[in-house]
Amino acid sequence: MLPALIFYIFVVIYPSFQGFKFAFTDWSGFTKEYNWAGLTQFRRVLEDSDTRGALWHTFVIAIGVTIFQNLLGLLLALGLFSKIKSRNLLRTLFFAPAVVAPVATSYLWQYMYAPKGPINSLLETLGLENLAQDWLGDPSTVLNSIIVVVIWQFAGYSMVIFLAGLEGVPKELIEAAGIDGANYIQRFWFVIRPFLYPAITVTLMLSIIGGFKLFDQVFILTGGGPGQASQTISTMMYRNAFLFGEFAFSTALAVLLTVFVSIFSAIQYFLITKIDKT
Amino acid sequence: MNRYTWKTFTLEVALISFAAIFLFPIYILINLAIRKITNLDTVYTPTTQPTLENFKDSWIEGGLFGAVINTSIVTVTSVVFIVLFASFASYPLARITSKWSKSLFFFVIGGLLIPYQLALLPLYITFRDLHLLGTLPSLIIFYIGREMPLAIFLYTAFLRNIPREYEEAAAIDGAGNVKTFTNVVLPLLRPITGTVIILTGVFVYNDFFTPLLYLSGTGNQTTTVALAQFVQEYRSYWNLVFAGLIMASTPILIVFFAMQKTVIKGFGGGLKG
Repeated sequence: MLPALIFYIFVVIYPSFQGFKFAFTDWSGFTKEYNWAGLTQFRRVLEDSDTRGALWHTFVIAIGVTIFQNLLGLLLALGLFSKIKSRNLLRTLFFAPAVVAPVATSYLWQYMYAPKGPINSLLETLGLENLAQDWLGDPSTVLNSIIVVVIWQFAGYSMVIFLAGLEGVPKELIEAAGIDGANYIQRFWFVIRPFLYPAITVTLMLSIIGGFKLFDQVFILTGGGPGQASQTISTMMYRNAFLFGEFAFSTALAVLLTVFVSIFSAIQYFLITKIDKT
Repeated sequence: MNRYTWKTFTLEVALISFAAIFLFPIYILINLAIRKITNLDTVYTPTTQPTLENFKDSWIEGGLFGAVINTSIVTVTSVVFIVLFASFASYPLARITSKWSKSLFFFVIGGLLIPYQLALLPLYITFRDLHLLGTLPSLIIFYIGREMPLAIFLYTAFLRNIPREYEEAAAIDGAGNVKTFTNVVLPLLRPITGTVIILTGVFVYNDFFTPLLYLSGTGNQTTTVALAQFVQEYRSYWNLVFAGLIMASTPILIVFFAMQKTVIKGFGGGLKG
């Protein structure tokens, strides 16, 4: 009991409290001294347009990832929860990217997205060259491009959680509904869906938390660019703490991140429990 | 439901086509990694004369060997301590029904909701003052504490579903608390230990943010950080870069393909408790 608690308190609890405290100071991180600064850091977050932008990008990415990763994961799970012969192979293939480091997948996609990279040259070969663009270099496409990379890597993770949920649906119920003439959509909505809520809660929670914290993919793919067009809370934290020596400002961002994650997790939890009950 | 109909066939074709699109980046990855740098065919022309030169060169240039060793040390040590500490701590949490045990449980799993970014910066200073910055133990200590909530949550939830009868039988036979735990409870925990090892192991092996912060500017490197530095330097030699990406991901992919059933079960069921 004791070793677990000591490590947990030393690594999570104590520094998190310190983080909360430093967010209300002017601490630089390099000296021992600091002064209380009230809400100054939070005011700076709101006044700085780059940081405001980063907050907005973080929302867009978190919500885009959460919706589309889970939709795709659910569709794959439903498709592979069937009698098709290749189901085991396909499950393994779709899931495999989830165990690889995001750093590695991000470099691969950086190449895929390059102006003269495989995606654009494939579009040209298909005669769709007017769709070709600078996926990561254009502020209007960069966030979607990042979202696609995250979904490509983690849709299989959602799929696996949904599949585990589907295993829990009594087979007799699905068959009985089929015999009674229910079509696929009716079977899904009235028979399968009620059993999926625990799986939905877990995978939504994971993708919300993952989306809000997103760092590796952005850091590797764009470094927050072009300009500041893809900065997120996490990349801003890194930049301010380690390049600008603004530890207090960075901890204020971390506090905001914690607040956002808690609020969105709570909202989705209550929504799902409420829907589950009706 | 039980027959292979034309509908099933359509579904199969649709899913395989989607898988082909899904795997397009992987095809490019392998196709370029095994191609001579002098080969200037389009990226999707299959490479006819494969070579392992890029693998050799990036292995030497990227310093991947030392990094893979470091990452393995960090991953194995962290996971061993996580399993040890969490399983011991979960036993009383699952079995004692007093108020303090319940509050303690919530105190620990509350950590699941705190993004680790919040603790990373203050802890950076603590490690610096303790002269641990830039060392592998700083990472190991971090991962043990950081993964405690998840591991304890999984173990406790699992233990609560195991009937007490086994332990009571052991007690009647005269076994003490410690003996009951090591001889009776620990073997029962094997399936959930697999889940804990997989979920924490994959997280530790792939983590980038923590080693980027805590090891930067030192010779000690983990695979992800070494990879990032290697690519910064050789960015225009994508054949080399891709060989490096493949090699850095190989250890974890071997583990995955060797025990895919367990891994998929771990990821799928692990968090449901």
